[in-house]
Amino acid sequence: MSSTVISHDAMHHDDHGHHHETFLTKYVFSQDHKMIAKQFLITGIIMAVFAMLLSILFRIQLAWPDKDFPILEVFLGKWAEGGRIKPDFFLSLVTIHGTMMVFFVLTAGLSGTFSNLLIPYQLGARDMASPLMNMLSYWFFFTACVIMIASFFVESGPASAGWTIYPPLSSVPTAIPGSGLGMTLWLASMVLFIASQVLGGVNYISTILNMRTKGMDLWRMPLTIWAFFLTAIVGLLSFPVLVSAVVLLIFDRSAGTSFYLSDLVVQGEILPNEGGSPILFQHLFWFLGHPEVYIVVMPAMGITSEVISTNSRKPIFGYHAMVYSLVGITVLSFIVWGHHMFVTGMNPFLGGVFMITTLIIAVPSAVKAFNYTATLWRGNIRFTPAMLFAIGMVSFFISGGVTGLFVGNAALDIHLHDTYFVVAHFHLVMGSASIFGMLCGVYHWYPKLFGRMMNTKLGYLHFWLTFLGAYLVFFPMHFMGVDGVPRRYYAFTEFPFMEKWVSVNLLITWAAIVAALGQVAFLVNFFGSIWKGKKAVQNPWGANTLEWTTPVEHIHGNWPGEIPTVYRWPYDYSKPGHDEDFIPQTVPFSQTMSSNQMHDFEGDEEAMRIQEEWNKENNRVE
Amino acid sequence: MENNAIGSIEEEQRVRKAKKFNLWLGMIGMFMMFAAFSSGFIVYTASGVDKGLKTILPQTFMYSTAVLILSSLTMHLAFKAAKNSALTKQKLFLLLTIALGIAFLFLQVHAWGLFFAQGITFINNNASQSFLYVFTGMHLLHIVAGLLVLLRCLIGAMRGIPQSNNIFRMDLAAIFWHFLDLLWIYIYVFLLLNQ
Repeated sequence: MSSTVISHDAMHHDDHGHHHETFLTKYVFSQDHKMIAKQFLITGIIMAVFAMLLSILFRIQLAWPDKDFPILEVFLGKWAEGGRIKPDFFLSLVTIHGTMMVFFVLTAGLSGTFSNLLIPYQLGARDMASPLMNMLSYWFFFTACVIMIASFFVESGPASAGWTIYPPLSSVPTAIPGSGLGMTLWLASMVLFIASQVLGGVNYISTILNMRTKGMDLWRMPLTIWAFFLTAIVGLLSFPVLVSAVVLLIFDRSAGTSFYLSDLVVQGEILPNEGGSPILFQHLFWFLGHPEVYIVVMPAMGITSEVISTNSRKPIFGYHAMVYSLVGITVLSFIVWGHHMFVTGMNPFLGGVFMITTLIIAVPSAVKAFNYTATLWRGNIRFTPAMLFAIGMVSFFISGGVTGLFVGNAALDIHLHDTYFVVAHFHLVMGSASIFGMLCGVYHWYPKLFGRMMNTKLGYLHFWLTFLGAYLVFFPMHFMGVDGVPRRYYAFTEFPFMEKWVSVNLLITWAAIVAALGQVAFLVNFFGSIWKGKKAVQNPWGANTLEWTTPVEHIHGNWPGEIPTVYRWPYDYSKPGHDEDFIPQTVPFSQTMSSNQMHDFEGDEEAMRIQEEWNKENNRVE
Repeated sequence: MENNAIGSIEEEQRVRKAKKFNLWLGMIGMFMMFAAFSSGFIVYTASGVDKGLKTILPQTFMYSTAVLILSSLTMHLAFKAAKNSALTKQKLFLLLTIALGIAFLFLQVHAWGLFFAQGITFINNNASQSFLYVFTGMHLLHIVAGLLVLLRCLIGAMRGIPQSNNIFRMDLAAIFWHFLDLLWIYIYVFLLLNQ
């Protein structure tokens, strides 16, 4: 292509051309990465609120299984006849709660927002590689959300086979009410969602590899970018596998094939499908499903690294180790899926292999946890709301990660499988940790998103209610799980050994309600500050990365003049000898003679000679 | 908006390089989907002695493979013509490629008819045989997408879009079309090894 001469005519077809912006092209069908990030974030927040309300509904059922709440009938009609949620609808609630939280909030809401916002900003690019694909990515996602919500307006109710949609519940339309049209809509929504993620992910990878500004080599990229990059790779390799699984499922449902079905009797009628294997679906599903949890947590890790370093006023501890541990998690995430299937009659030897690969993930995870802690150690810590959420993320990642050692162990998992122990484990390690990573990102980059600051006091209130609430909700579940209380059950009143847990369920539900009310503080703060927040300055946190060199007011193309050049890594905080406690990436070493270290020059002898001369002249001892 | 750095020639070329890279990544994604079908097929087929293709693949697949390889060749010639600014030649070869693509489509559907006549149906308690339709059908969907891409190139060439755009479109289309060719060869060999 290098020999091609691009005529002036061609430039008019360029996406950055001088066209007039209308309301539609600016706010709706925008191709600008900043606007698309906002669209993803606000859609993600709406979906999060929706999914949270669903969880409150089923928590009410679990806490008061024998009580009627007439108000529920007012809102839910026949799904809560007499004020009590029906068992079928209960299953729909847990299914859609899981689906929305995992896919719409923590995958699209998290990656979609921050990859779109930060990749061009922090790498010094005008926009994404393909702004059109980026826009399509959002609209596919939006349509997927609409379809998923639409399934609540279907006579037979939304899908209710669990977010993992195991056959036969998902593949025999007559199995339970939720297996009907609701399931079809679920599948349609998910196909659009996967299209959205692949379009987005491809764009993220390509932008990171091709569109970095001068001087921004891979080892000068902030850890956020590394995390988004590896997340996108995981998504690109695993989402297509889910497409395969879903395609076969759709054939089983609609065409009558037998990929997953065999020996079924539904309502006294023998189904014709023979020879299929539901385990085949589980293999295909978890080949995506497990990497998916890293798709959810890795961006949160990247965001946390950045926020902890900035607010500790210290370089991130072990930058290279942080990158390599992300790479390690990426690779390992593809060879552990079998640990979700220990109880499917898997060959114990194979189970042992999956157990070993699973437990090895503890190594890179621990590297990250220790490095976060070491970064905080003796830092000049600023407890901004973002920082609190970052520390909260580390806390959840550790307390949830530790139980991963239990459930990753095949022998223990046979007991713990499908109990509340698993619910506790993943809600802490990927649910709460990722949500906290996401919220930490929202508080930290809000000035960049909207040009205004969020209210700090409301932020603190939001943090403490959410942090304590999440622990009170999920911690007691460990004990229930060890006692053998199964997940997804509608009520525990029929089992004498579970009666003692009813009081705990009461505690959990109250904690959930309080934590949910705490989110009001966030919503008021978030939406209120868009118009009423204090005007932000260009670099409110004293951070080093490139996005803080752009003007507060968003402009097309991000930088008014030339794109800045990068001279150093992003973590020069509190460097000895410098008069400020941060040195942005755009400051060349020639302007910071008093703080340069010999290893900064990476073996450049000329630079080292100049530095040595300067040191001698100024009596500087390193 | 008012600045010269945006939309400079280097910027434009960088964006194009990135877009081309997008295509490569997309092809990795597509390949992963077929890899998942393959491993699904292997796992399923291993689940019992009564599973498996249990048939010899028809001659038609030989012909369709030949047609598709030929279309890759004509696509290459079309791309070369585009680079040499030989517009008429480019259009001719593009048309030829599209025709061969459509021929491939019909041959594949014809093969389905042969399968069906043998009693190898899509709705089948030996789902290994259903996989035959899944592999070929999903590939055909990609061929249809490929044909649309080729059509877009043809329309562009007929409308006389700027030469640089024309070459860029042709470049991407050619890569994608060759990929679909290779993908079919992979599927064919995979099925041959399992027949």
